[in-house]
Amino acid sequence: MGGSDVIRVVLPSHLRRLASIQGEVQLEIAGAVTQCSVLDALETRYPMLRGTIRDQDSKRRRAFIRFFACEEDLSHELPDAPLPAAVAAGSEPYLIVGAMAGG
Amino acid sequence: MTGVRVLVGTRKGAFICSSDGTRQDWDVTGPLFGGWEIYHVKGSPADANRLYASQTSGWSGQVIQRSDDGGKTWEPVGNKFSYDGTPGTHQWYDGTPHPWEFARVWHLEPSLHDPDTVYAGVEDAGLFKSGDGGQTWVELPGLRGHDSGSSWQPGAGGMCLHTIIQDPANPARIFTAISAAGAFRSDDSGQTWRPINRGLHSEGIPDEDAEVGHCVHRIAMHPSRPSVLFMQKHWDVMRSDDAGDSWHEISGNLPTDFGFPIDVHAHEPDTIYVVPITSDSLHYPPDGKLRVYRSRTGGDEWQPLTAGLPQRDCYVNVYRDAMAVDSLDECGVYFGTTGGQVYASADAGDTWSPIVRDLPAVLSVEVQTLP
Repeated sequence: MGGSDVIRVVLPSHLRRLASIQGEVQLEIAGAVTQCSVLDALETRYPMLRGTIRDQDSKRRRAFIRFFACEEDLSHELPDAPLPAAVAAGSEPYLIVGAMAGG
Repeated sequence: MTGVRVLVGTRKGAFICSSDGTRQDWDVTGPLFGGWEIYHVKGSPADANRLYASQTSGWSGQVIQRSDDGGKTWEPVGNKFSYDGTPGTHQWYDGTPHPWEFARVWHLEPSLHDPDTVYAGVEDAGLFKSGDGGQTWVELPGLRGHDSGSSWQPGAGGMCLHTIIQDPANPARIFTAISAAGAFRSDDSGQTWRPINRGLHSEGIPDEDAEVGHCVHRIAMHPSRPSVLFMQKHWDVMRSDDAGDSWHEISGNLPTDFGFPIDVHAHEPDTIYVVPITSDSLHYPPDGKLRVYRSRTGGDEWQPLTAGLPQRDCYVNVYRDAMAVDSLDECGVYFGTTGGQVYASADAGDTWSPIVRDLPAVLSVEVQTLP
């Protein structure tokens, strides 16, 4: 996996409002498409999202944030593990989701 | 035309209520930052157009918002709050050591002189400062690093630093208060701190007169008399006449001395306001009657203020940061409730009316008096 792919990312509504994003985000990823590389690219384009999805220092996912794609829960995959091919190819979105915790 | 701008933080967003000097008709805008908890919104005393807001969420953590145009537009600024060095531990509810973990900003206190300088009181208790308009934050570690720090423990709402008061006569002097550690004072611009809790008496801690461990809910000061402090503690309303070196009780004839906010009239340093709440387990007013109590004698003698406030079937709470005063000739007093009402009095508390009735639960109320 490599080259430059366009990845589709869907954010929860409260983060879309924070970053003034309409609809999906499309990101070009150079190199391996992983949780880490997707979030790096996302935070580079939208610096106000730093700290809202993962810790700014440890890069650990915030406890009430989940990552879904292709009808699978990828929240507990290693940050540098390759994402599914359909995500890397842009045919399926990478979903960043707020855990169902009421509120 | 003079006017006021009331800055309201709620469980689900912020609201700005504006009126002219009569304070009769209000324009309410919002929700800003809808869906997020807004713990506090406060304007700079040095520039009324500069506002700071603490925006938090259990899902996505802390965001700090800044406005440079009086709240018309906002931009997210820095949200990285890293404790200085190795954070260490404080006491957990059960008395075991618990690592210091940043949760949220409870209170933002802009500098009296510089719009770009602002203090942040955070949970777990710590004091941070920004000198660049909120873009970057550094801890003032002398407070958390006080010898007593490892013994501090959370109150029911978390271990929060909720009160920051700057002494207008002495720029090096800062007061803070922490639930449930107590009050602290720095005389060197926040580098070193000493507990100022002598005279406080709290059941529920091993030594009821301990140097630290008291659940101080709020402290207030009149800027013309900075050595006099008023405190609403978990139980007891207290006063100090020596900048916190010692305290004495002024609960007097209050129906209950439990409560959260306390504030001082803008022009009368001995006129103070509290909202008595039934008890620590019954967070609503006694007898279902929402009453602000005013003392014109600096404590001990209190008068209920009820005109325009519900006097039956009212079971809301008023949080510690949810009361404020304006500085117009006839001092205005404001408070917000967990039921979403924001009440205003344009006559120092004699009569009240709601600015707005049906907001989300109100976490904080601040007022700007506009030229």
